[in-house]
Amino acid sequence: MDELVIARSLFGMTMGVHIIYATLGVGLPLMVLVAELMYQKTKDKDYAIMATRWTKGFAVLLGVAIPTGTIAGVQLSLLWPGFMEAVGRVIALPFQIEIYAFFLEALFMSIYVYAADRLSPLMRIVSVTLVAIGASASAILITNVHAFEGTPAGFDFIDGKFVNVDPWEAFFNPSFIVTAGHVTVSALMTGAFVIASIAAYKMIRLKGNSREYKFHHKALMMGLAIGGIFSLLTSLNGHESAQQLHAYQPEKLAAAEGLFETQTHAPLAIGGFTDKEEREVKWAIEIPWALSYLADDSFETEVLGLEEFPEDEWPPLFVHTLFNAMVGIGSLLILLSIAGFTWYRLLKKRSFPRWLMWAFIAAGPLAMTAIEFGWIFACTGRQPWVIYRVMKTEDAVTTSGNIGLLFVLFLIIYIILMISTVLVLRYYFKKNPVAQELDH
Amino acid sequence: MSEALYAITLIWGIVFIYAVMATIDFGAGFWAMVYLNKKNTKATSIANRYLSPSWEVTNVFIVAIVVALFSFFPGATFTLGTVLLIPGSLIILFLAIRSAFLVFSHSANEQYKKFLTLVSGITGFLIPALLIAVLPITQGGFITPSDGAGRLDMIALFSSFNVYAFMGFAISSTLFLSSLLLADYSNVAGDSEAYEIYRRDAILVGPLSLAMAALIVLTIRFEANWLYENLLEFTPWLVGSIITFFIGYIALFIPRKNGKGIPRLAMVSVVIQYLLASYAYGSAHLPYIVYPDVTIETGFTNPATFRALIITYIVAFFILTPGFIYFWRLFLKDKRYLKQNES
Ligand code: HDD
Ligand code: HEM
Ligand code: HEM
Repeated sequence: MDELVIARSLFGMTMGVHIIYATLGVGLPLMVLVAELMYQKTKDKDYAIMATRWTKGFAVLLGVAIPTGTIAGVQLSLLWPGFMEAVGRVIALPFQIEIYAFFLEALFMSIYVYAADRLSPLMRIVSVTLVAIGASASAILITNVHAFEGTPAGFDFIDGKFVNVDPWEAFFNPSFIVTAGHVTVSALMTGAFVIASIAAYKMIRLKGNSREYKFHHKALMMGLAIGGIFSLLTSLNGHESAQQLHAYQPEKLAAAEGLFETQTHAPLAIGGFTDKEEREVKWAIEIPWALSYLADDSFETEVLGLEEFPEDEWPPLFVHTLFNAMVGIGSLLILLSIAGFTWYRLLKKRSFPRWLMWAFIAAGPLAMTAIEFGWIFACTGRQPWVIYRVMKTEDAVTTSGNIGLLFVLFLIIYIILMISTVLVLRYYFKKNPVAQELDH
Repeated sequence: MSEALYAITLIWGIVFIYAVMATIDFGAGFWAMVYLNKKNTKATSIANRYLSPSWEVTNVFIVAIVVALFSFFPGATFTLGTVLLIPGSLIILFLAIRSAFLVFSHSANEQYKKFLTLVSGITGFLIPALLIAVLPITQGGFITPSDGAGRLDMIALFSSFNVYAFMGFAISSTLFLSSLLLADYSNVAGDSEAYEIYRRDAILVGPLSLAMAALIVLTIRFEANWLYENLLEFTPWLVGSIITFFIGYIALFIPRKNGKGIPRLAMVSVVIQYLLASYAYGSAHLPYIVYPDVTIETGFTNPATFRALIITYIVAFFILTPGFIYFWRLFLKDKRYLKQNES
């Protein structure tokens, strides 16, 4: 296989693993914070127990989030030295500021975990707030680089050299705010749904009305509430992300929708598979005019089709499926939270029907799948560019060879890390069951 | 001073802080492993008490080094990134195992805890040996030119005495610095038994680390003579470094009311020892980042980017310093934390 493909697979694999832990690293601190606040407000000890248990899980996850992130950071320079040279000249700021966010999170995470018994309630809340801020800031800042790759700004590229560099203009590149917002709210939503999933899974194995059941019920409702709010924000903001594509990366939007012909009153294709030979999306449900409206709030909007672009610059067409799956999951999860709340608050039912419980259990893994799909869509959909219309991925890749061996080594390590995370978490929570803590 | 010189000095500072923190961190993992099976001593739990809150902060420094390098010296990124693909990947692989297993060992059952501590202890002293190999690589002689940025000549690398001298130095320093810090730490915690153990370890490995340092200078003379010539100009610094070593070493024997040695004095003067030596090495290495291809001037970033970066450093310094002080007071000074019974 060619080295470029292996390098891409290796980096994609690293990111695919890191993002699982990183997303929870952004999402869980918010849940812990809310639990701490609920505890201070209601003095219900259940919330304090939730905060400590989630923190424990979070600390274990960080044990993998941090080393895989370190791998990602170093691997960028090792695999894409050409790209990182450009980054160093133009868009070094977010990486640099991210370091400060890491420090903030690392310092206060240790303080919150290892000095908990010596902190006042106020300092506990301050510490966990700073952890949450640090985690979200690292997500926002790294996404800044990703946004720059799609909508580069702040320099002129003349004769292969970066001149007239304005680092702050590069930092505030056109898609930064919207993209960073999308990544953050989708991570917060995922953290909340993962909590909801675990709670629902525990409830389904317990009898109603036990002490433990009530504990998990509170956690479930908290997960659904926060997950619901943030999934709404995710979809609203995702709509804006799509409009950004219309404005700045039209071929990516065209690939996402499987649109070949440029047209006004363009239809929205849901589902199906893009067929490159016949230049259409097969088996899709088409909603007439909808794409034009979504792209720029008017049916008259002309949406560019793939035919406008040279075929060797087309993104891979399977991104249509990834995009659909992401949007589908997002819409489904909004409905799910609404269903949960209606059932509980409006119909005043004490317990949920079994099918709904299973849907709650699926929510966390579904949200995580949407995160993965979203990223693969965003990064793969940018191909063949590593910096859109400035630098091709094939020109950024390392020339040193031997990447196949490294791919295998990293694959083995990731498998070990993922399996041991699960084992450690299971062992720990089996040994320290909630029931035991509730009795104290 | 030129802007590039400011930038490289800043990076040298971060590297130095990381070197000290990381040697202590990795060494503490190693000692936690060595004394795991010894009943009746709290040497392991003292090591863990230092390690638990600090490894995460230490780890950020290594990321900070990588980021500072490609932000301030993007012109060096291509060469460094290409040449370090294999050693760099090995380092991050070991680092991943080390960090993850360290964290896991706090939550796993007794049987696995031993295994996890073992793995994180062993990788903990392999990593410094690999990390330091970056230095001889930048001294030149191991990069065969090819299209693009050149390739690392692995065979030359592994048949170089200089490289082995560096590795020996890294391992012995790791053990030396960490045993000193843990001696001081157990002294503050009032655990005289653990203190005696770590004091003894420091006394044993101290001379070894000095001998390795001498071996480095000796082998540099044969393998990277340009650096040796430059290094001679910094002889006073090196002599100062040797003197502070002896001050620190003797401090371990000064009698006190209960027992022997003033570990705080030993710790501080040995850190000064490393500071002086690494200043001499770093200055002698200039202007080269990678000899002979990349200098700090050819690798330097855009002036505009440089200025923006410096501003963020200054702002971050003021925001983060209170956090570091708070951290220090909670974990390195608070007797309530140090004296806890379980780790
Ligand atoms: C829980 C996860 C999740 C959910 C439910 C959604 N997204 Fe998303 N989406 C992401 C998680 C995500 C992401 C992982 O965070 C991405 C990948 C790259 C990025 O910037 O954010 C992303 C990227 C991304 C992009 C590409 C941006 C780019 O390529 O620069 C678009 C256009 C959308 N999303 C649009 C949507 C829409 C219209 C949604 C409707 C509900 C939606 N997303 C739900
Ligand atoms: C965290 C979630 C992410 C995931 C799951 C992810 C996924 C991927 C995948 C699958 C590839 C290979 C694409 C292909 O070759 O078809 C890739 C490439 C790449 N991504 Fe991402 N990515 C993520 C985040 C980021 C971020 C935040 C950045 C910006 C720093 C980034 C920068 C890159 C670069 C430089 C490449 C290599 C060049 C390229 O193929 O374009 N990625 N990523
Ligand atoms: C959008 C996708 C990403 C998100 C949401 C994310 C988020 C996070 C979070 C929450 C952490 C834990 C921070 C800590 O506790 O210190 C982390 C660690 C890390 N991430 Fe990611 N990250 C993403 C992508 C990336 C990419 C593409 C890189 C590589 C350039 C990267 C580099 C790192 C590094 C170096 C660390 C370790 C920091 C440390 O040593 O503490 N991340 N990330």
